[in-house]
Amino acid sequence: MLDFIIRRVIAIVPVLTVVAVFIFLMLRLTPGDPAAVIAGDNATSDQIDDIRRKLGLDEPIWTQFAIWITDILQGKFGESFFFKKTVAELIAQRIEPTLALATCTLIFAVCVSVPIGVLAAYKQGSMFDRAVMAFAVLGFSVPGFVIGYCLIYVFAIELGWLPVQGYTRIGVDFWKFLERMVLPSLTLSVGFVALISRITRASVLEVLNEDYIRTARAKGLSNRVVLMKHALRNAAVPILTVIGIGIAVLMGGAVVTESVFGLPGLGRLTVEAVLSRDFPTIQTVILMFSVVYVVINLIIDISYTIFDPRIRY
Amino acid sequence: MSGDAQKPVLEVRDLTVDLPSGADRPHAVEKVSFTVNPGEIVCLVGESGSGKSVIAFTVMGLLAKALKPTAGQILLQGEDVLQASEARLRELRCTRMSMIFQEPMTALNPVMTCGEQIDEVLATHTQLDASARRAKILAILERVKLPEPERIYASYPHQLSGGQRQRIMIAMALVLDPVLLIADEPTTALDVTTQAEILKLIAELQGTQGTGVLFITHDFGVVAEIAHRVAVLRWGQLVEFGTTEQILSRPQEGYTKMLISSVPSIHPRHREERREGKTVLRTSKLGKTYSSSAFFQATRVVKAAVDVDIDIRAGETLGIVGESGSGKSTVARCIARLIDPTEGKIYLGDTEIAAMPPRQLRPHRRRVQIVFQDPYRSMNPRMTVGDTIIEGPMNFGLGREEALKRARILMETVRLDPNSLDRYPHQFSGGQRQRICIARALAMEPDLLIADEAVSALDVSVQKQVLELLDEIRQRLNLAVLFITHDLRVAAQICDFVAVMSKGRVVEYGPATQVFENPQDDYTKALFAAAPGRHWEFGSFAA
Repeated sequence: MLDFIIRRVIAIVPVLTVVAVFIFLMLRLTPGDPAAVIAGDNATSDQIDDIRRKLGLDEPIWTQFAIWITDILQGKFGESFFFKKTVAELIAQRIEPTLALATCTLIFAVCVSVPIGVLAAYKQGSMFDRAVMAFAVLGFSVPGFVIGYCLIYVFAIELGWLPVQGYTRIGVDFWKFLERMVLPSLTLSVGFVALISRITRASVLEVLNEDYIRTARAKGLSNRVVLMKHALRNAAVPILTVIGIGIAVLMGGAVVTESVFGLPGLGRLTVEAVLSRDFPTIQTVILMFSVVYVVINLIIDISYTIFDPRIRY
Repeated sequence: MSGDAQKPVLEVRDLTVDLPSGADRPHAVEKVSFTVNPGEIVCLVGESGSGKSVIAFTVMGLLAKALKPTAGQILLQGEDVLQASEARLRELRCTRMSMIFQEPMTALNPVMTCGEQIDEVLATHTQLDASARRAKILAILERVKLPEPERIYASYPHQLSGGQRQRIMIAMALVLDPVLLIADEPTTALDVTTQAEILKLIAELQGTQGTGVLFITHDFGVVAEIAHRVAVLRWGQLVEFGTTEQILSRPQEGYTKMLISSVPSIHPRHREERREGKTVLRTSKLGKTYSSSAFFQATRVVKAAVDVDIDIRAGETLGIVGESGSGKSTVARCIARLIDPTEGKIYLGDTEIAAMPPRQLRPHRRRVQIVFQDPYRSMNPRMTVGDTIIEGPMNFGLGREEALKRARILMETVRLDPNSLDRYPHQFSGGQRQRICIARALAMEPDLLIADEAVSALDVSVQKQVLELLDEIRQRLNLAVLFITHDLRVAAQICDFVAVMSKGRVVEYGPATQVFENPQDDYTKALFAAAPGRHWEFGSFAA
């Protein structure tokens, strides 16, 4: 087990190397000059060259890469071109809303989708099952911002139950924080609920055909025990896998949701950084996302062993 | 068996179970009546589709939703379970009636320890506290003769062998001393030596507790071994019901006679020893070692086959018999080069093919053909049987018309209608599909035909026909046949020579008559001693 974790942690290195090279090249090779963006519309070409020199963008591309990698290895993420702050400071400022949004979404989505998936499988072919499946199709196909604006219209504008936009830090006022988290998490979790409930249903359905479910019924156990104790735990591995993949999708979804609800999080930071060609910020945020993704998948892989004793690393 | 004076524990009266509309017949089970007395083992025997499992599941109330019992009564100690509510049925399960299943590999929940799974029964049906339950579980584990009950209690199913898992199932079924035990083919998936132990265990436990047993099987060897009374089923109807002696020695009905006559004898048929054909296949020190290695881990090595020396001449059948994991299929697959051997040589005629690179091997592929175990899965369901048969020859350059002409002749050879070449596999029965697989193999005009458990999935009457067909084809085409089987009776009937394999090695090798009548190796002796019903000579009856 420890071997496995060590090996997996070591495996992060090549993954990050590939991501680093790729993102670095993508940014340099696509058109758009950060110096021109910073200088503004009326700048002369001398001014732009000047800025470019200051940012170190006049060096050959591999020298720039070497400097960046050396800095990263020393824990220096550089200074944002655009925000006039270090990237580390920027991320520290912006990480809380995103973390809060992702956590709330995840908790909400799992708590809702797993039970309805199990129930849909148990009542296969019933009205409930069909409703869940219809919702799943809808949840996949309606874009996040549409759901977001619909929810804002109904709950914030018409009913006035919840605020339209904005963010309150968790340390400042917990209830206000929670109030402002409801609609964004709901919005972001719709696709997630659709995905997990579908997989839960499929995976439980498959397990319900297994011989040991018949054995459990032959023991005289009630349907509830058969379903929750015998079926669900055996169906857990595919569900966990999809939650892991979902977290990656979640990061993408956060960009849109944060924009709709005006949350000052990492998603919006990424969009702003991309628009202003803020190389250091983009590079660091994306590297961070990849670390998070690899680590979450490692955690998911380890959690398999809790649910299925046959899986040993 | 006595018990005439006692009330039966199970009384099935005129039971009818309907199939959903659109099935090939209206009833899965039709007007079936029989009884099981305390301390008695009643065998339900029949081929696939006879309704024997449906009866078992109806008794337990575990029938699939599509099937509906529509008439009759099932009295468990006088109480009609067909009228019982779902809650009442749950109460009865495991306390008064229990069931064990065919596949011990899949019948236990893989994510719970064996102890927990038995504990669930006690927690559901009794008021015992945790320590009393644990004591009771350890006691029953001891009773089913599992070594180190404490360790087994904490083990997960995948950590135990098939036989041990079936013992866990038996322990779970009998922990509350039910009056009725239903055993649905409980030893079919087990090796013959394990099967013998499990049969003995069931007979012992039910004898001491006076449990009535409803034992479902398709194997007459097993019937001869343990049954007191036998019910023969066909297409959902009871054909004959009587004592084991009556049914096996003096069957009255044509169908029963046919079934019993189809059971292959364990005594080899006398076959003239020829040894004059030219050698088609010879292996020398053939071996296959699997090794897996990983970072930070010691390399694991599994020797699937070691130093296998066999040879087959044209017109001869060599049988390889052995239990699961003995390496018999590994040897067959190496010879066909479906997997690459790691040691030794394989001579196909005069050509050594063990290490031949794929490109050079291609022309030799034609010369070895395999018929696999499961005719339901070894044909592409989306290709017509005609296309399946001609695919190989066309691949080797034969024109379509010519190949089809040959396919028609082959269909006649395997006694199927040549006009059905444009049909799909699902339109044929299991036995017919296996004939098609044989035709497909023969279409390549091989020198060596490998039959890898080719009749194991077939019902006994169909099995007999396919065996006869194989033997006839071997004679007519002067074919060399390598016959892989775990079934000693089948091997006795079809093989000229037999190689007995255990743990990857050939432990005994010689003419079939010699190996069967006068085994030398200890393992061979143990294997033969475990064959169910070996003392019973199944007669031939004119139907």
